[in-house]
Amino acid sequence: MLNSTLKQLSALLTQKKLSSAELTQSCLDRVARLNPGLNAFLTVDADRSLAQARAADAQIAAGKAQPLTGIPVAHKDIFCAKGWRTTCGSKMLANFVSPYDAHVVEQLNAAGAVILGKTNMDEFAMGSSSETGFWGPVKNPWDRTRVAGGSSGGSAAAVAARIAPVAIGTDTGGSIRQPAAFSGICGLKPTYGVVSRYGMVAFASSLDQGGPMGKSAEDLALLLNVMAGFDARDSTSLERPAEDYARALEAPPAGDRARPLGGLRIGVPKEYFGEGLGSDVAAAVEAALAQFEKLGAKRIAISLPNTGLSVPAYYVIAPAEASSNLSRFDGVRYGYRAAEYGDLADMYAKSRAQGFGAEVKRRILIGTYVLSHGYYDAYYLKAQKIRRLIAQDFAEAYKQCDLIMGPTAPSVAFALGSMSSDPVQMYLNDIYTTAANLAGLPAMSIPCGFGEGGMPAGLQIAGNYFAEARMLGAAHQYQLATDWHLRQPAGTE
Amino acid sequence: MPLSLPEVKRIAWLARIEITDAEAEAAQGQLNGIFKLIEQMQSVDTEGVAPMAHGQDLVQRLREDRVTETDRHALYQAIAPQVENGLYLVPKVIE
Repeated sequence: MLNSTLKQLSALLTQKKLSSAELTQSCLDRVARLNPGLNAFLTVDADRSLAQARAADAQIAAGKAQPLTGIPVAHKDIFCAKGWRTTCGSKMLANFVSPYDAHVVEQLNAAGAVILGKTNMDEFAMGSSSETGFWGPVKNPWDRTRVAGGSSGGSAAAVAARIAPVAIGTDTGGSIRQPAAFSGICGLKPTYGVVSRYGMVAFASSLDQGGPMGKSAEDLALLLNVMAGFDARDSTSLERPAEDYARALEAPPAGDRARPLGGLRIGVPKEYFGEGLGSDVAAAVEAALAQFEKLGAKRIAISLPNTGLSVPAYYVIAPAEASSNLSRFDGVRYGYRAAEYGDLADMYAKSRAQGFGAEVKRRILIGTYVLSHGYYDAYYLKAQKIRRLIAQDFAEAYKQCDLIMGPTAPSVAFALGSMSSDPVQMYLNDIYTTAANLAGLPAMSIPCGFGEGGMPAGLQIAGNYFAEARMLGAAHQYQLATDWHLRQPAGTE
Repeated sequence: MPLSLPEVKRIAWLARIEITDAEAEAAQGQLNGIFKLIEQMQSVDTEGVAPMAHGQDLVQRLREDRVTETDRHALYQAIAPQVENGLYLVPKVIE
């Protein structure tokens, strides 16, 4: 059951060979057994989860099962869920019980999915290692002395350790893809606007996007089918006809089985293989590209000349938007308020000084500075212009290729604490992921082998706007031919 | 362009985050490291490039002018730090 796909689990449920209550209980048992060593979950509420599971069983009994009915899903603690403590990894929201559901949570609830619990993360999703949260770091299930990646590290670890069949995360600069790579699972950041941001605690609103995390491309497609959709409460939600993200997973036409990806043009940017990329990750990615060629795809050398500017531009735009978004945490309407203070300004300053952790404060300070009088043009406006150049790089590239592939991160998961004292080193970890957020493009990561220390390496598959189904289809063919995605960390049996 | 200590403190004040001298000194070094990374942006000529606010060219959606929200102040104020008679309480701002 641990390695079952969503389709297999759904079949067991609808054939009444397994109840959602049993499945949910077995996941809760795994949380109890494995979470003390991983710190992947911040909140579990067995009564709530099992109540949802029993409701799902009733739906199944009534013949009203949908593809996710009765499936337990781990939720990154950034998604507001009614009645659930929703902390975003921060002391600021340590006691915040959400009075409403995020759009994604509404959709999952309506589809009959079960909330298995809320997963650990970097505070307010600001980090690449899931170490900055108030409740301590997530440990990587492959090696508990290493990070699980971030910021959706708890969701990634929950799937990698086979605690939850699937999970949801958010990606502002790589926060789904990089933890997926570090934890040996799959994760997809959709095109900006495909998944509603309503009820997702805001970090950088022009970059934030929710997405699915799971063991296979097929599972991601089924989960994205439920997560995606127009929502009027998000002003940047896209009004488009519903899409079946699993449509490209079907077997290729007969006669083409040996080369199911025939005709697919894969762009490989030379900038993603330069200085800074670990040789172990490079070798795993090269082997994956060779496998894609074996499946019929054509490899095309491309250039994304402004790649090196994506991290500098990102670390202006994201903190600027964060400093604005996080101004709402003032100790007045909800969240932490300092115990002692003088006047109103003092109450704000003390509540925010005590409620936010070091990395969040650092980013608020950067953002405040780049937006302050006299510096706006030099930083924020400049970064927005570079953002345009980065988007143009992709537009040029997609004239020559259908998908772009390369590494998700420059290394495999690093040791806990090894980068905490050097924010710049930590930020450079996002070198291959931030560009997709800046351009608003979809991108995903899938496991493609192992590197140093036997740690998983991730292959990034990026596409043009709304190319999710095509990306998932290509990833699925790769996963039919390989078994990296089926590898499970030792000690999680 | 390195940030001075008074500048770090001024930014913290603008951001309404209380900061001790020791914290400001630690932040100064880290922020200057980060700004060194950010300064790489200045190496590119962006003359004539239109700034990009986000990934989709969207126009603001409009809707009919009608009431869509119900009154949920009791629910929302139940999670506030301090409330009285339906009002959020803060230290006195007007003498």
